[in-house]
Formats: sequence, C-alpha cells, structure tokens
Amino acid sequence: MDSKEQVHTARKRSIGLLAKATRQELEAAYGAIDGAPAHDVVRGPETGLVMVRGRIGGGGEAFNLGEATVSRATIQLSSGEVGHGQVLGTDGRKALLAALFDALGQAEGYASSVAAFVEGIAARIAAEDLKRAEQTAATRVDFFTMVRGDD
Amino acid sequence: MTLTANNNGTAAYRGGFGNPVLQGQGVFRIVMDAMARPGTIRSLEPAIVGVKPPAPLSSAAGAVALTLCDADTPVWLTPALRQSPAKAWIAFHAGAPLVEQKTESRFGFVERGGIIPGFGQFALGTQEYPDRSSTLILEIDALSGGPAYRATGPGIRDHVDFSPRGLPDVFAALWAENRALFPRGVDLILVAGPELLCLPRTTKLERREG
Amino acid sequence: MYVAVKGGEAAIANAHRLLADRRRGDRSLPAISIDQIVAQLGLAVDRVMAEASLYDRALAALAVRQARGDMIEAIFILRAYRTTLPRFGSSVPVDTATMRIERRVSATYKDLPGGQLLGPTFDYTHRLLDPSLLSDEAVDVPAEKEPLTEPVMRVSDILAGEGLIEEDGLLPQDHVPGDLTREPLEFPLQRDLRLQALARGDEGFLLSLAYSTQRGYARTHPFVGEVRIGEVEVELDLPELGFAVSLGRIQVTECQMVNQFKGSAKSPPQFTRGYGLVFGQSERKAMAMSLVDRALRAEEFGEDIVAPAQDEEFVISHSDNVQATGFVEHLKLPHYVDFQAELDLIRRMRAEYEKKQAGDDLREAAE
Repeated sequence: MDSKEQVHTARKRSIGLLAKATRQELEAAYGAIDGAPAHDVVRGPETGLVMVRGRIGGGGEAFNLGEATVSRATIQLSSGEVGHGQVLGTDGRKALLAALFDALGQAEGYASSVAAFVEGIAARIAAEDLKRAEQTAATRVDFFTMVRGDD
Repeated sequence: MTLTANNNGTAAYRGGFGNPVLQGQGVFRIVMDAMARPGTIRSLEPAIVGVKPPAPLSSAAGAVALTLCDADTPVWLTPALRQSPAKAWIAFHAGAPLVEQKTESRFGFVERGGIIPGFGQFALGTQEYPDRSSTLILEIDALSGGPAYRATGPGIRDHVDFSPRGLPDVFAALWAENRALFPRGVDLILVAGPELLCLPRTTKLERREG
Repeated sequence: MYVAVKGGEAAIANAHRLLADRRRGDRSLPAISIDQIVAQLGLAVDRVMAEASLYDRALAALAVRQARGDMIEAIFILRAYRTTLPRFGSSVPVDTATMRIERRVSATYKDLPGGQLLGPTFDYTHRLLDPSLLSDEAVDVPAEKEPLTEPVMRVSDILAGEGLIEEDGLLPQDHVPGDLTREPLEFPLQRDLRLQALARGDEGFLLSLAYSTQRGYARTHPFVGEVRIGEVEVELDLPELGFAVSLGRIQVTECQMVNQFKGSAKSPPQFTRGYGLVFGQSERKAMAMSLVDRALRAEEFGEDIVAPAQDEEFVISHSDNVQATGFVEHLKLPHYVDFQAELDLIRRMRAEYEKKQAGDDLREAAE
C-alpha cells in the first residue's frame, strides 16, 4: 500500500515535470538515448481542451473559469510499459516525447537516466522560480512610520 | 512490431480508432443516417476496422462509444461491462465519465445477452429539454431472423419491417411505454456484428404475428 | 416579397486580399512575430485569452496579429477556434493559495503576512509618454532581493480568523459546476455560472458597471482585500492512472473584494465578498469582476434591486462582447428587402398624410 503510494507520488511528480520541460529539453534528452526504444503510439498525439476550474472566493465551490489548450499522447514500449504525456499548449510532439519518457521511467535500464533528466528539469525550474521570487521580493514595500497621530 | 492486447494488463489501451477523425466521422455518418431512417439495417464496415474493445463490449458498440461519448456524456454500463476491462477502455479512449445512476447517463450500454433495464429508469429529458435523455446501445444476437416488427413514424415512408433476434418478449410493451412519453423518452441503437439499426423515440412499433 | 440575389464573390475575394495587404502594412518594415507579440504586447494577449475563454498565449498572439490589433475581432477568432477542439475533461480547481506570486497588494492591511508585493505594475508611474521607448534603448535588469519565507496568506483567511467575514462561496453539496458553453443559460443563475460569464465578459462593460456601483448605483462599500497575480498549477485527473497530474502552469489574476454588510434577520453584521479570477495579468478586469459579482448577489443578501449592476439578466446577457458585436455588426449586412418594405410603408403613410393635409387645407379655404 505504502510503496504503491510512493510509486504514484514519484510518477505524479515526474509527469508534472515532464509537462514543464521545454521541447528543446525533451528533444535533447531523446537524442541522447542509446538506441531509440521500440514503441507503439496508442493514442494521439492530439490537441484538445481542458476546462480550467477555479473556486468561488478562492476556496469555495468550483466554477468553470475557461479552457486551456492541451496536447496529449499515450505510447506503449515493446516491453509493455505504457506512458502518458499531457502538456499545456498545442505541441503534439512535446506530448509524445513526454509520454515516451513517462514510459521509459518505468522501464528497467532507462529509469535512472530518466530520473536524472527529470531532476535536471526540476533544478532548472527551481532556479527560474527563485529568480522570479527574488525579483518580486525586490518590489516589496517596507513601510516606515513618519508621524503617528496619537491624540 | 505488434503487441498482444493483454500485455501487462493494458488491454484498455488497445483497439481504439487508428484514425480517430476519419473513423469517428465515418461512424457518425452511419449512425446519423440510421437514426434518420429508423428500422433500416446499416453496416459500420469499413469505418470500424481495427476497433477491438475488450469483451463483452462488441466492436460495433465500441465504435459507437468512441464516436458519440466524451467527457460531457456520462455513461452507464451493465454490471458485466462494469466488471470487465471495457470500463477502462471507454474511460481511456472516449474520456467519458462512468455513472452508477441510470438517470444521470447520456448513454447506456448493454452487452449481448445482458438484461435490458426498463427504459423509464434512464434519463428521459424534460418537456423543455427532451434532448437531455439517454441513448441506449443494445447488442443483440442478430438484426434479422427474429420476431417481426413493423415500424412507422418520421423518417419512414409508409412502413418498414424488421425482425431482430435476441430482444426480450416485453420489448414491444417497453417501447410502447417509451413512445407514450413523447417528446420525452430514450432512443435506441441496436447492434449485432458489424451492423446497427436505430429506433428513435418517434418510431412506433407494432409486433407482427407470423 | 423576397428577392434572391447573388454576386460579390470577386469583390469579397479582393477585399480579403486588400485586408491582408493592409494588415502587413509597409513591406520595408520587418513583420511582427508571434513571439514578439507574446513578449512585448503581453497584456493585449492576456485580454484576448481571458475574453476568448481560452488559455494559449501563442494562439492569442496569432489572433491579435490576424485581427490587426482589433481586440474583439481577435477574441472572436480565438473563440471560433476553440469550438473546433474536443474537450478532454475538467481540471482540478486551481489553488490560488499556493500561487507563485508575482504581485500581491492589499488595501485593507498594511502589514500582512507575505507583505505588499508591487510586482510589474503601472501604479506609481507618472503616465508620461516615455521617449526612450521610441528607440530600442537598453533596459535595466530587475533588482533582486531575498524572498520572505513566510507564506503569502489570504486576506480573507485573516478576517475569517475573527469570524467577521462570510465563508468562501458555498453551493449545495454535489453541485456540478454549470457550464454556459454546454447548456443554454436559464435565469436566475447560480453564482458559479455568473462567475464563468463574468470571467469571459468584456472588460470595458464590466469596468463601467463596476464604476456605476461606486457612483451610487448599488453601493457595496468595497475594499480591495487583496489582488494577487501569479502562476498556478493546472491538474487533470487521469482515470487511466487513478490520480491527478500537472499539465503545466498558467498565470491568473485574483481579486478578493471585501464589502460591508449590515446583517439581516438570518446573518449577523459581517463583511461579504465579491470574487474575481481572470486568465493572465488583468487586475482591472479582476477588480471589476469582483465588484459586479458582489452587486449581483443583492438578492442573496436581501438588498433592494435598483441598479443595472444588480440585474443579473441585464449584466450577464450583455457582458459577452462576441455576442454583442455579432448582433450590433449584423446590422451592416444586406437588409435590402426589409428596408424596401419599410420604404413602401413610409411612402404610403406619407401619401395618406399629404392627402389628409390637402383635405384640411381645402376645408380651411372653404370656411
């Protein structure tokens, strides 16, 4: 039970990071694989919509905010592992590559290099997030009281 | 390179439309024509080539699911279908949510030999929105060679005779009840092998002895 | 009388060709790229995404270019495009509490957890035309500072701690969010549908309505509890996996408007709220949306419905600029036959009028 949860959590994180990888990152990593693994495309790549929901007041009942374009693909490796890729935007090739890495992440012989690739994406995003946070922090207002009217 | 359907328990991922746009349009056209001409038999071939859902869902029923069902159309399945990989197949390929309550469904599927629930248990639409109703896809033994029915109504010049095999005896009575609810009610798609026949709620049926 | 006419194909084809020419403009200037529009006209792109109800910066920028910068035309084009795509499903509701904040200000608390973060704002600029932008002068890189580690707490949660503000909007359990793109609107609406309509509503229309509430047409005593802009994760449940996965991030603007409420027989005096959530960076729209959302809740709070901003049918039916432009602009299409009928009618009435006048003159002359 616990280990299944852990596998889910790890895969969820990995899929989320693959969705945030750039096309260039995915292509480069794909090009670096020794011998492209045999696979079938089971579904897609195809582009459609996801209705993005918000919550009333931020935390209340859900409402439909508007849609976003999403591309997705599902592939199966010849060794049987199924991978899903779903990414915001209209780049089907990106979804296909994300699906391939999701499948390879479950495949013996590839899992560790996929993990390293995914951690590389995580590090790149963390660095970008930090940079933005620092830029935002520089616009934080430091109030100082000039005169306090007490009476 | 080919993969076996049961590799790793991934049957749900296999047997969808190879070309979703063209095959979906092909099946849609056939279903539309069949709905417009109730009681006539149409073949889904070759539009359903490659469609192989997990048993007990048939290719024809599966192709109709891929064509008509999506994230906006809740689907009800018989217990037998619900317990089979067909459930995951529909979820993956059609993206349709599964519902337990027949009244919440837009489509209902019954496999060959499965018990056909009373039509009144499904969504029947409202007087204002009769379209908010269920369409049932029933697989039966054959679309001919059974007891004879005579259909009349919109889309039918004079009358059309057909003789489905595998419908329960109470079918004529169930259909008459459904017909009486007009404009509310369910619509039916009967499938057998690669063929289908449609009975929209506007069609009147009469059992013919002989 | 109905007269079928044909013709104009060549004129239409040439008009489209002329449009393409004017859109491109002076060929000695480089054509503007989609990337340039996304990067340098980002707020125009955001408005198109918000009102087209489709989050995709590249497509919105393409629409802006195709529409020659006509925002409503761009919104129309993007709306039309979205109808060609299948819908894969609905996301898990985005969590604005965990937003990666780029801007966050509150008008109700000076020192609040997370602080006042101005971000890339037009506020405090002098609104003087900047001649340095006439040329491509170098721009300073942004300043940086170590971020605070404390979470950027919601203002509504601060007030909720004291029990002085209504809860986040609740609807009956098992409520399925309404979707106006799937089912026709039936008034009265629930708040979820109103918010969907407002989120895609015309910024100018909502701004004017919001302004009208401030001028006294349904006063709501508003304070900006907070406005926050930043990125949130979009997660989708994948039935094939059995859990939700992230598809990426989108930028949204959220406004929590805090409004006074004197209380009623059922509820004690407390603050009530209006809510705004918009795709992209669009503070004006989010604020206007939250003011109009609050005004439209008049009936819920037993307030008199006396002003346009409180009239749900009026506001929601007229907030969509694609619908509005379609109906207004259709007037320029051929109405030759209708007009002929009107012309005949006016001529007949005029003839009768003149006959009557002549009769009156004769009678007067005879008297």
